[in-house]
Amino acid sequence: MTTLLEATGLKRFYKVGSGRKRGMLHALDGVDLAIGTGESVGLVGESGCGKSTLARVLARLVEPTAGSLRFKGEDIAAIPLARFITSPLRARIQMVFQDPTESLNPHFTVGDAIADPIRRLRGAADKNDLDRRVRAALAMVGLPDNLIGRYPHQLSGGQKARVGIARAVAVEPELLILDEPTSALDVSVQAVVLKLLADLRARLGMSYVFVSHDLDVVRLLCERVVVMYLGEVIETAPTEALFEGPAHPYTRALLAAIPDPHRRGQHPPRLDGSPRSPIDPDPGVCQFYGRCPRGQPVCAQSRPPLRPVGAGHLAACHFAGHPA
Amino acid sequence: MSAPPLLDVDGLTLDFRTRAGRVKALDDISFSVQRGEILGIVGESGSGKSVSAYAVMDLLDGNAEIRGGTMHFGGADLIERDRAAVRSMRGREISMIFQSPRTALNPIRSVGRQIADVLVRHGPVPRRQAKEKAIAALRKVRIPDPERRYDAYPFELSGGMCQRVMIAMALACEPMLLIADEPTTGLDVTTQAVILDLIRDLVDNSRMAAILITHDLGLAGEYCDRVAVMHAGHVVETAPMAALLGRPAHPYSAKLVAATPSSAASIDELASIPGNLPNLLRDDLPYCRFCDRCDRRVARCDTEPTPMTAVGEDHLVRCWSPL
Repeated sequence: MTTLLEATGLKRFYKVGSGRKRGMLHALDGVDLAIGTGESVGLVGESGCGKSTLARVLARLVEPTAGSLRFKGEDIAAIPLARFITSPLRARIQMVFQDPTESLNPHFTVGDAIADPIRRLRGAADKNDLDRRVRAALAMVGLPDNLIGRYPHQLSGGQKARVGIARAVAVEPELLILDEPTSALDVSVQAVVLKLLADLRARLGMSYVFVSHDLDVVRLLCERVVVMYLGEVIETAPTEALFEGPAHPYTRALLAAIPDPHRRGQHPPRLDGSPRSPIDPDPGVCQFYGRCPRGQPVCAQSRPPLRPVGAGHLAACHFAGHPA
Repeated sequence: MSAPPLLDVDGLTLDFRTRAGRVKALDDISFSVQRGEILGIVGESGSGKSVSAYAVMDLLDGNAEIRGGTMHFGGADLIERDRAAVRSMRGREISMIFQSPRTALNPIRSVGRQIADVLVRHGPVPRRQAKEKAIAALRKVRIPDPERRYDAYPFELSGGMCQRVMIAMALACEPMLLIADEPTTGLDVTTQAVILDLIRDLVDNSRMAAILITHDLGLAGEYCDRVAVMHAGHVVETAPMAALLGRPAHPYSAKLVAATPSSAASIDELASIPGNLPNLLRDDLPYCRFCDRCDRRVARCDTEPTPMTAVGEDHLVRCWSPL
């Protein structure tokens, strides 16, 4: 598999506070990540762990503070945001947002919403050509033609989610970044959208970065999972390997928290407390220290780097690979 | 089931009067909760889960009209009783926690004071002792450092912490029944597990009962003893949790089980449920509100109202053509 997008040492800091309370919030604190052509990568972690920031940096919507972002070998992080908008690469990376209601312009009809990116990013020969492409995009996500003149408020949640997907795939991206695309949907509709996404990827050969807090959904849709904690990747592995043998204590806690009817009456150990402050973190302490059930003195003395613990399986823990 | 249920809702029918017409929000719904158990109410949004809970709590909007059925709590009639009596029961004997803890809490009053208010309002607790009792309530829901947290405002606490405060408030008067309406929506899975473990513990270790309203069947599966599946204002199936997951009898329940990601081994196994809920404003709603989405429809579905029929022990289904 060739690498489509490779992020190295990606950082994104935000200034917070003022005066003596001024600090730097480390939303992304040195993320290395490679996404293969046609690969589907799931990005999971608690709220505030930086997964949405990473998705936006990868989509080139947020400027990284440091680090490089190579798309097919070209460093796109070096292209200023303002110029990237008109770059031919803009169409190559597209994003589907979390809330389909919030992310559609209420004054745009379905047709306008899909036509707009096509016109701006790919260009159309004439009106007929544009119309043909809009209809093709609608057909691709299984929406009937007669919705073309409707406004978002006239659509159901599932239909809006599909318009959001149609608008992104209409410009034939190679990488689609999906930020919790089904979290606002009912389970019956979620199933339809998930199946559509799996089908589109198989047909169009796109790569996916799928951000989600629902590990079950990631298990069904992704080949590889990346687990984030406080702005860092703490574990990455092929999906099956991760679910079968999580190496990082945080990943273990995350998996143990997935509701499971077969676990009725048992009480697996739970992860309590909240993460450390992301403001000016101590680079010499493991970010999970203090909350970690396995914490040892060494964890407070050095931050563990990601290291291999199996085939394609990396984990950032001093004790990864050792049985719990 | 020998002991009389703690809460018994029988044949409840409820409309909302709106400018566009009557919304038939609940139609002949029945469910019951025993002491010491958690009942799950599951279904899609708009199926009537929350309205059922609001009806029990007497929190319905003014345009709601109960058209039939009964609701009994510990033997007392919740519909016939005068409102003042029900109001005093609410909060003390039945309490409820809501979906978004941060909006349900008063933003300009410390969380400890809010719990103390409930104690003073409902219990024979003098103001002076209320603080001590409120701190004990915070400790009970495992909030670290409760003495200090007493003075915290909701914005100073995380979502999970606010939900624990809500639970502490709901439990402060030691209610017989706790109704939790999607208590963990918007919280992380790790926090969700901690909150629900806590509710489960409280039910196991006291005589309290709980109703867990959720759209997540996987979640209900781990924590509930029995379940009522709702669809478009009908309770379509009630069953012990294991029976529902193992042998769902209503076509809708079966689809719901198959559409839950946790039950599928691969994306191909994941089932989708075609169609939408019917418009509850319609005057010509079919006897079975699922029939337009159903692949097991028979002639009888259109001609006769569907009764709840037993298909197993404590297992009822509203269908002419159950699985």
